[in-house]
Amino acid sequence: EGRDKVTGASRYVDDVELPGMLYGATVRSRIARGKIKAINFDPAVNWDEFVVVTAKDIPGKNCIALIGEDQPCLAQELINHPEEPILLLAHPDRNLLAKALEAVSIEYDPLTPIFTIKDSEKLSEIIWGTDNIFKSYHIEKGDVESAFKNADYIVEAEYTTGAQEQLYIENNGMIAVFDPQQGITVWGSLQCPYYVHKALMELCGLPEDRVRVVQMETGGAFGGKEEYPSMLAAHATLLAIKSRKPVKIVYDRMEDMAATTKRHPSRTRHRTAVSKDGKILGGEIEFTVDGGAYKTLTPVVLSRGALHAGGPYYWPHVRIRAKAVATNAPPHGAFRGFGAPQSLFAMERHMDFIAQTLGISPIEVRRRNFLKPGQTTTTEQVVNEQIDLGKLLDRALELADYRAKKEKFTQGNLGADKKKGIGIAAFLHGAGFTGSGERYLNSLVGVETCADGTARVLVSSTEFGQGTKTVLCQIAAEALGVRYEDVGIAQPDTQKVPNSGPTVASRTIMVVGKLVHSAALAILQTLRSNGLLGEVYSPEEFRAACRQHVAQHGVFRSLARYQQADDISWDEENYRGAAYAAFAWAVYVAEVTVDLTSYNVTVDDFVCLQEVGKVLHPVLAAGQIIGGVAQGIGFALYEKVIWEKGRMKNGQMTNYIIPTSADIPSIRVFFEELGNVHGAFGAKGIGELPMDGPAPAIVNAIINALGISFNSIPLLPEDIFEALAANGLHNTSPTLADSKQ
Amino acid sequence: MSDSHNATKSDITLIVNGKSVTVRAFPMERLLDVLRVQVGLTGTKEGCGEGECGSCSVLLNGVLVNSCLIPVLQASSAHITTIEGLATDKHLHALQQAFLDCGGAQCGICTPGMILAAVHLLSKIPEPTIADIRQGLSGNLCRCTGYAQIFEAVADAALRCRQ
Repeated sequence: EGRDKVTGASRYVDDVELPGMLYGATVRSRIARGKIKAINFDPAVNWDEFVVVTAKDIPGKNCIALIGEDQPCLAQELINHPEEPILLLAHPDRNLLAKALEAVSIEYDPLTPIFTIKDSEKLSEIIWGTDNIFKSYHIEKGDVESAFKNADYIVEAEYTTGAQEQLYIENNGMIAVFDPQQGITVWGSLQCPYYVHKALMELCGLPEDRVRVVQMETGGAFGGKEEYPSMLAAHATLLAIKSRKPVKIVYDRMEDMAATTKRHPSRTRHRTAVSKDGKILGGEIEFTVDGGAYKTLTPVVLSRGALHAGGPYYWPHVRIRAKAVATNAPPHGAFRGFGAPQSLFAMERHMDFIAQTLGISPIEVRRRNFLKPGQTTTTEQVVNEQIDLGKLLDRALELADYRAKKEKFTQGNLGADKKKGIGIAAFLHGAGFTGSGERYLNSLVGVETCADGTARVLVSSTEFGQGTKTVLCQIAAEALGVRYEDVGIAQPDTQKVPNSGPTVASRTIMVVGKLVHSAALAILQTLRSNGLLGEVYSPEEFRAACRQHVAQHGVFRSLARYQQADDISWDEENYRGAAYAAFAWAVYVAEVTVDLTSYNVTVDDFVCLQEVGKVLHPVLAAGQIIGGVAQGIGFALYEKVIWEKGRMKNGQMTNYIIPTSADIPSIRVFFEELGNVHGAFGAKGIGELPMDGPAPAIVNAIINALGISFNSIPLLPEDIFEALAANGLHNTSPTLADSKQ
Repeated sequence: MSDSHNATKSDITLIVNGKSVTVRAFPMERLLDVLRVQVGLTGTKEGCGEGECGSCSVLLNGVLVNSCLIPVLQASSAHITTIEGLATDKHLHALQQAFLDCGGAQCGICTPGMILAAVHLLSKIPEPTIADIRQGLSGNLCRCTGYAQIFEAVADAALRCRQ
């Protein structure tokens, strides 16, 4: 796989042209909420040349089936956000589509829209269901009121995080082909073939064997291609059915940024009962996310956010209330971390705030509250792993030279124009689906023997840069006792691979990898029981045995299905029990400089120490961590979605800024390995963890540098400027007010 | 784009990866589209279409350019190097090999442009410092790697080239 990526031979969806192919485009709403009165087509355009699809052309249900069925594929009457698709066009010349899009005008009866969590909660307008709430959860442990009664301090604060665009460099794209006998086939840039499969079955009213979904090389995803590809596949499909021609839709950057999902904006309120020696006695956490206009994956994002809201700390008593509200913005969705970066930002800022309130160090307040083996999490899951977070913290501090630097910075900052600070974040990330999620997914994977003597891994788990293919092949090769090159992997294609579940939730290596391991072992067993393979064998002997087996019996496919471990029990109703099969643990340390002339923040050094079980592939694992940290730096310091009436106003790379090679510090990655019985060879999930820690560590470092508090991200230079101005802390350098005079 | 349709197409000759290619195109068509659609070299990728991300980077007479911003007429008679022009039949270019070995390519979509930016950098500065590498690649965005393994790959390739 790697070779094709460096030679330019990899084929992404936009690299494929089919004979007679049409290009598709989408007419979207331009208002946030209202009713469609009329659709007008400019007679100056020869519409006979175009394929035009409206909601009336949908053969099955007009919805993008996921958790709910509330999101229409094409709006028929009601408009709920400003990028709502209404009508589809296709034409052989992609250059003519832009003009045609402008030639469709839509008349509306506008309704009052809702754009903020606060306004949604007021219920002045009901825009979803009966109360604007997509989902709420309540976690209750112990007797929270008693904790407040016994508290020496009650520490309260509110924290917010903004929307964040995934900004994979390859925009969303899909090709659909319809054949009346065979049904529909789509090829696209996507994470979850079987999500798209389900959505197309509902949309077209077709049985499962007449819908085929194939993943092409995918140029980055990060959650952004988890759910939206179902929408895009649906649109390409409708145009293909109507035109009887292959149809390709590839978004340009602006459409991709404006219309597809982003990280949920959030608000977290902490009210914490603390003893005078810095122990958390109990607390209330209120976690609220803005879900946008439709339900999509929001309930699951909310769940993960709620389950991580207490961080890696022991709460004797806690109440967590989480809810997701509707607004008239495009639906927010999956993005690496999936709710956890939001609630953990709040938790880790709050720990520093508690430390500040009590006058003890941020290190000590964490150390005194870390979860220990045998204690229980907020959902009363017993920590079974022999994790020593105090030790993890000590090692991270040592690697970062924290104490010496902190002292040096405190002295050096006096009167300096550039102030330096250092901050930490301690956190955890649950791997795999939440609670009984993995049981419902019921994942199935296969490993088969091929005629050429190689083994082939069959999964619907997709590669989009994380090294899925490499590591799954490596696991199979190790289980089979053969070389890496003796194992191949099938292209994810719903007609050819079993449903190993979606490629999300840091589950691929831990959950799917474990099943690949089992399926591979069953192949060995079969070859041995047929007398084709001895106890000891060379890779060549293995190949010969495979070839012989295929010649005698045909291709042998070994399947393995997920089985929930006995110690994982989850009470969905009360949100209590084992929320995750395993947690990864981490302590990150950020060192920053704040320039009081430009108010620019640079991250100078970044230490990430994590315990992720067994590291199967050190280069790929480090690549995951560093990449996640870079996105976390963007989340903290650069990436601000500017909203205007529910639309992203800065949907371009020119004005939505992600870190460049000049912005990223040296990111130093270290692993502790405890091992975990759940994953393949003891590996735990790794992909999302590095997204959780950077933002709070960086903001804590900025606060350390400046001595004033910030509780919202993204934290841009102008925010720092304003806060310093409000606190009368500007140095003598010119202010914005001066420059205006 | 609409302007290009008002004009007439003309024959434009480009020297792509050492081979002379004549295309019939509107003068204002983007070099990116001509390379991908007419020349059939899809290794050059479109990321943003406005010269910010560098995914469409190619070398034009040895200069690193965003091919989404170059009207094809401007490339008339020019030598263009795309990602497909780096490897010989059997051997990868040192940078391609280094990107493979160091984990410099994750999803791969920025990789062709990134490698060409690195080729350009090493042609100007054969022994770059880490600061040179950061600067030299700062016009090419990568969302997967956090750049560290790309820096390693470029440093590694520079070393290989010297040996």
